[in-house]
Amino acid sequence: MTKERALRLCPPLTRDIVLSLAAGDEVEITGTIFTARDAAHKRFDALLTAGRKLPLDLRGQILYYTGPTPPHPGTGRFSAGPTTSSRMDAYTPRLLADTGLAGMIGKGNRSAAVIDAMIRRNAVYFAAGGGLGALLGACVKAARVVCYKDLGPEAVYALSVENFPATVAIDSRGNNLYVSGPTRFSSL
Amino acid sequence: MKTIPFKKIVHLVRALCLTAAFDLPPDIVRALGSAARKESSPGGRRMLGRILDNARVARAQRVPICQDTGVAVFYVDLGGEVRVSGGTLTDAINEGTRRGYAEGFLRPSMVSDPLFARKNTFTNTPAVIHVSCVRGTTLSITLAPKGGGSENMTRLFMLKPSDGEAGVLDAAVQTVVMAGGNPCPPVIVGVGIGGTAEAAVLLSKKALVRPIGKHHPHKRYAALEKSILAKVNKSGVGPGGLGGSVTALGVAVETLPCHIATLPVAVSLSCHAARHATVTL
Repeated sequence: MTKERALRLCPPLTRDIVLSLAAGDEVEITGTIFTARDAAHKRFDALLTAGRKLPLDLRGQILYYTGPTPPHPGTGRFSAGPTTSSRMDAYTPRLLADTGLAGMIGKGNRSAAVIDAMIRRNAVYFAAGGGLGALLGACVKAARVVCYKDLGPEAVYALSVENFPATVAIDSRGNNLYVSGPTRFSSL
Repeated sequence: MKTIPFKKIVHLVRALCLTAAFDLPPDIVRALGSAARKESSPGGRRMLGRILDNARVARAQRVPICQDTGVAVFYVDLGGEVRVSGGTLTDAINEGTRRGYAEGFLRPSMVSDPLFARKNTFTNTPAVIHVSCVRGTTLSITLAPKGGGSENMTRLFMLKPSDGEAGVLDAAVQTVVMAGGNPCPPVIVGVGIGGTAEAAVLLSKKALVRPIGKHHPHKRYAALEKSILAKVNKSGVGPGGLGGSVTALGVAVETLPCHIATLPVAVSLSCHAARHATVTL
């Protein structure tokens, strides 16, 4: 049912593509996305504070907030669902401003400061299904460490994904499905 | 007196780690199936369908249901007539955890220093172990791995006795609504009422392993569980927090006596991947 309706996205994302996405759109991402969670964000932020460059070019790219399980050496299978995005909120406005990052994938609502920065910098936030690690891990066809290998599950990986399903949760105009969705179904 | 060798406990705990990570308990699968039939939002139904698919894939392919394979939290009932030979129970549980997480390729998610160094121990130990001393010759070990997303949404309310039932209802509903999509709804809500601050939190978390649909034995508390569930499911949070009519699969209230001046209420949430496994010796 979703297959026909999902928009196909291939990063890097252009400004026009980001602007065309609206909260509630279903997408499927094919191409390379980069993982980063708490510890990697902290290192990114320290580099930017020191006026230095990051070990990877994030212009137009999508960051996926996840810390995968180690791949099974026999089957190569692993689990890789989203982690809670709000823990990255403290670092996100600067990352958007300084690197040209265009998209983020995670779960849960973002802060007002992040949403403001997304509007100013033309960025989009996707929700992936929290707790769908086995299904989402199966969309990852290859993974390689880009940097911070010492962080183990918190290292930065380049993931080659195929038809990775996500929902536009907050668009570049600040429309927010984490607010409008629950409001629509609330009967409190 | 029954003697259980250290190695046997290590072996069984290792197996518990794998079962918990790969096999969603049948009561949770049934509750998710019934949620999928009840959900009124199309996006919510799609999410619940994917949650059920995910559980099937995880079970069949022995892949973790969720990449956050959690803090290994153990609830142990230790019979007075049981002794462990060849080492301590704590060491056996930690060794079993280390092996289970390594051999199952589960994610090591523990850092040794919480504030400054935050370096991964890469063994997922130490485990968190709660032991209750009970009568008899049995040893029962339950593992309930706890993910960080839901753990961060835990709340403690030191209510006044005059806040009463309405205060408890409010505390539980507020916790779920404010958590939104963070704890991976549909959630299970554990409510610990009474005891002391720390006892209420433990009670609320332990409540999360009660089978779905089983109610508190006392009628008024069972009714409170139902009214919390009804209200939470009117909040609109929905599967994944993106809107819908199923926000929680179940509510479990547990109680303890408390001080004349206090009404401690703790609320713990489990994500929909409500993993747990038990072994009894």
